[in-house]
Amino acid sequence: MRAFDVGALGAIFKGDSQADRVVPPSGFTAKLTLFAAGAMAFLAVFALALSLASGRLAQVWGQELAQSATVRIVAPLDQRAAQTEAALKVLETTKGVASARALTDAEQEALLAPWFGPELALDSLPVPRLIEVIEEGEGLDPVGLRLRLSAEVPGAVLDDHSRWRAPLVAAASRLRMLGWLSTLLIGTAVAAMVTLAAQAALAANAQVIAVLRLVGATDDYIARAFIRRFTLRALVGAAVGTVLGMLAVILLPDAGEAGGFLTGLGFRGGDWLVPLLVPILTAAVAFAATGAAARRSLKELT
Amino acid sequence: MIELDNVAYSYGGGELLSDITLKLAPGSFHFLTGPSGAGKTTLMKLCYGALLPTAGHLRLFGSDVRAMGRDDIAMVRRRVGVVHQDVKFLDHLPLDENVALPLNVSGRQAEARGNDLAELLSWVGLTHRAEALPPELSGGERQRAALARAVIMSPDVILADEPTGNIDWEMSQRLLHLLVELNRMGKTVLIATHDLGLIRATKAHVQARVLRIANRRIQLAGADL
Repeated sequence: MRAFDVGALGAIFKGDSQADRVVPPSGFTAKLTLFAAGAMAFLAVFALALSLASGRLAQVWGQELAQSATVRIVAPLDQRAAQTEAALKVLETTKGVASARALTDAEQEALLAPWFGPELALDSLPVPRLIEVIEEGEGLDPVGLRLRLSAEVPGAVLDDHSRWRAPLVAAASRLRMLGWLSTLLIGTAVAAMVTLAAQAALAANAQVIAVLRLVGATDDYIARAFIRRFTLRALVGAAVGTVLGMLAVILLPDAGEAGGFLTGLGFRGGDWLVPLLVPILTAAVAFAATGAAARRSLKELT
Repeated sequence: MIELDNVAYSYGGGELLSDITLKLAPGSFHFLTGPSGAGKTTLMKLCYGALLPTAGHLRLFGSDVRAMGRDDIAMVRRRVGVVHQDVKFLDHLPLDENVALPLNVSGRQAEARGNDLAELLSWVGLTHRAEALPPELSGGERQRAALARAVIMSPDVILADEPTGNIDWEMSQRLLHLLVELNRMGKTVLIATHDLGLIRATKAHVQARVLRIANRRIQLAGADL
């Protein structure tokens, strides 16, 4: 019990039926530990879901916005078509551009419909023409393209999305970090909770410890009896909490076609394996916390 | 086996024992007597490492107790059977499991399930109470159960602190008879008691040395009562 020992953790699951029996059952503490471990595991699943979803979002936003750009043609109505044509020619010969196409009137109307309604007449309004640029490889050189466009298409304005992308990716990355931090805090809270429960159990069982000492039990033997009990309680509680947490995540509304951040909160593919680590890690935390508490308490109970 | 050389023990600023020199040789039988509060229990506790001397040298089975680690002390307790007047059990376990506890904590569970346990319970007359929980036992049954627990590991030394304090005369005689029997089997026995009648009755059956603690010291050491 002197250090975190994987072999000792294995022995906990192998068990010693007699050693288990030397510590009297403690109904209320047991239920409290089970409940607290379950609740923490439930929260940990959500923290993990948040973290993993944020990570995915950061990646998707980063990739999607990084692989596309928009050119706006801001020109008088009679020059707009010609400048659009000229900009497309420039883009055709630009390195890193996979394709470029001007949005149709219908597409632009659809984009503006939320603000101006469906009956919008684009021909009569000074609405810029938009050109969607899809990049390839390492992408285009925005500085070089801006120079070319300013020389050849005076009304063209390149938007490479970097000013949108950076804060979005940063926000998603922070959310991911917060998710991991929450998971870490939950782990720490589990350790604190198990430590307190183990200390209370050790104090309440001072007579049991005295009897065990009298008949020649080593500190390791006594500690193991408590460690096994608390580790298994934390494992069972966390397993139930994890299953409930995963069910709750499954029952969240599907991303569907309207996929936003909240509806995308959850696990995808191999991510589903990550929450399965929660009960194992909880048991490991309980094992280490009870071991430390038991060593400390047994030294005090000479 | 157990040697105390000018041992003193102090607690809370006061000296409870001083200049105690005592040797418990293999197969010997000792009585430790003296008034209440004289330090009999303290001396007993020193003999199985529950307390450490504040001065002098205490050797348990050849090792200086101060050089021993916590696990070493636990090993000593497997060689010393202890019976207290106020005997403690694990109240949630039946009597047979309590008696077998020393075997279980020593990793000798197989022996705890064997015939030895049944024989031992029969020897102390508790076969019919094997399934009883400790709180259901009478004073005499508890003392005999404690003796069974103390000897199940076949210890070299048996320390009994006022073992007959809570039981009637007939039961005291029975318990002492068991201790004398153990001594004849080669075990070292040290009994702390203030009951002189008990000492006289026992001395009729065994060669015993009587030690008296008074004024923090052993007096009349080696003198027969």
